[in-house]
Amino acid sequence: MASTETRDAAEEAAREPKKPSEDLAGLEAGLDALDAVPTRRTSLRDTFVRKVLPPLVAVALVLVVWQVLVWAQVTEEYKLPSPGAVWGEVTDAWYQGTLLGYIWTSVSRGLLGFLFALAIGTPLGLLVARVKFVRAAIGPILSGLQSLPSVAWVPPAVIWLGLNDQMMFAVILLGAVPSIANGLVSGVDQVPPLYLRAGRTLGATGLRGTWHIVMPAALPGYLAGLKQGWAFSWRSLMAAEIIASSPELGIGLGQLLENGRVASSMSMVFLAILLILVVGVAIDLLIFSPLERWVLRNRGLLARS
Amino acid sequence: MTTTVTEAGPADGTSAGAAPSPAARIAHVSKSFPGPAGDQLVLDDITLDVAPGEFVTLLGASGCGKSTLLNLVAGLDAPSAGTIETPGRPALMFQEHALFPWLTAGKNIELALKLRGVPKPERRPRAEELLERVRLAGAHGKRVHELSGGMRQRVALARALAQDSRLLLMDEPFAALDAITRDVLHDELTRVWHAANDDPDGRKLSVLFVTHNVREAVRLAERVVLLSSRPGRVARQWTVDIPQPRRIEDAAVAELSVEITEELRGEIRRHGQH
Repeated sequence: MASTETRDAAEEAAREPKKPSEDLAGLEAGLDALDAVPTRRTSLRDTFVRKVLPPLVAVALVLVVWQVLVWAQVTEEYKLPSPGAVWGEVTDAWYQGTLLGYIWTSVSRGLLGFLFALAIGTPLGLLVARVKFVRAAIGPILSGLQSLPSVAWVPPAVIWLGLNDQMMFAVILLGAVPSIANGLVSGVDQVPPLYLRAGRTLGATGLRGTWHIVMPAALPGYLAGLKQGWAFSWRSLMAAEIIASSPELGIGLGQLLENGRVASSMSMVFLAILLILVVGVAIDLLIFSPLERWVLRNRGLLARS
Repeated sequence: MTTTVTEAGPADGTSAGAAPSPAARIAHVSKSFPGPAGDQLVLDDITLDVAPGEFVTLLGASGCGKSTLLNLVAGLDAPSAGTIETPGRPALMFQEHALFPWLTAGKNIELALKLRGVPKPERRPRAEELLERVRLAGAHGKRVHELSGGMRQRVALARALAQDSRLLLMDEPFAALDAITRDVLHDELTRVWHAANDDPDGRKLSVLFVTHNVREAVRLAERVVLLSSRPGRVARQWTVDIPQPRRIEDAAVAELSVEITEELRGEIRRHGQH
């Protein structure tokens, strides 16, 4: 009896490891748990201390130095207005209701021009990146155009198109398209060949390969190009607005600056420069930086700061 | 009427009328690459059939062209001479997981399904099912960088299976993993391969597995093919009839590994003699 029982028990025990499938499942679950990478989001307070506070301190420091220079009377007042006088210009323009108008005139122009540049620069970049002949033919020109200051295009644009919005858009395009296209080209060049091979074995060739593999893989480089493209759009637009002023064009930030110079109002000039800077930074912070961070975080490319 | 015994249906009960054609037929394949001193012959007259459902490991020292051969079978490159026949496009797994980091684990698998033409509503459940097959149920929404090395290779395996190919090519898929994880994935691969071949739909899954690890080759394969180096030629083959489930530390595995290692070392030594 007893011996049978022990044999049963032995058989039971022998049967246990005969379910390697369950055994393996447990083993894998254990390994997965041990290997799990804990992800932690930083707290709001941490974000404030690390990300918001430093730039605030820097701005405060600049204001202090500026005010001290004004107090020390290093130069005549018409050359260096006090921070208070510039702030006075801001509030004046706000109460007159013209402040947002200046900003909107330029921003709407800039963004619309940027969207055109996007629509042209993206397919152009893809062509240059993927078609050898096109790359050899216009690749170097495209890179060269990037180093050409787009303000150089203002005189010919005025002659060809006249003093109107089209001329502004033309200058923006010539400034931004090369950046966007070149960003995409370098993004495509940096796609790891492994992804292309993996894509090909999955059947992603030709246009499907471009859409499903090349474009998403090149996205970080493309975004960097877009960011630079925006900076170039904004700069080109300001150059165009400063040089080409006409009553029909309305008053954007560039004209505001030019008007300040003509009126010898240094505080208005400072106001315009300040607004140009703020808009440039704001668009970057509100649109491009979050987009870039989102893409990089999704890919695990963002070091936890 | 029919008297040709060799072409009769298989006796194992499958109802297929004709003898199953091999999952891969590599016939007199040579490959050379342009080098500094003229063309460099990498593969020389390789002939190899992989039977449906068979697990074959290709073993060789560096320079034997085993990865080149796999690329040729995968259709990523064309042979200089000879022919390669495969049924449809083979699935391929790399040493690196090659998962797309812009997609989640599940979406990586869904992309493979999409590129194969699986209609949209079916993709999500199929992907979940495949993740379950490699025992990663619940990992659908995980980003690639959130997974460990072993989990990534299992997702890569699921993505390869999503291609529904009858031939799975594996290019040292576990070489970059730690020994414990590799051991577990050997069990996992064996299990998945068995499960695919036990499927009542009668479709078979053949595996052509490249490695330079002799024990791994013996642990996994039904047949081990040893390639010589520079140029790669089929040096010798072994049929492994150690019953599954095997372990890498089994005495029988060790014994055959010793024999194969001796042969491999002999192949390597020949290169030092001139």
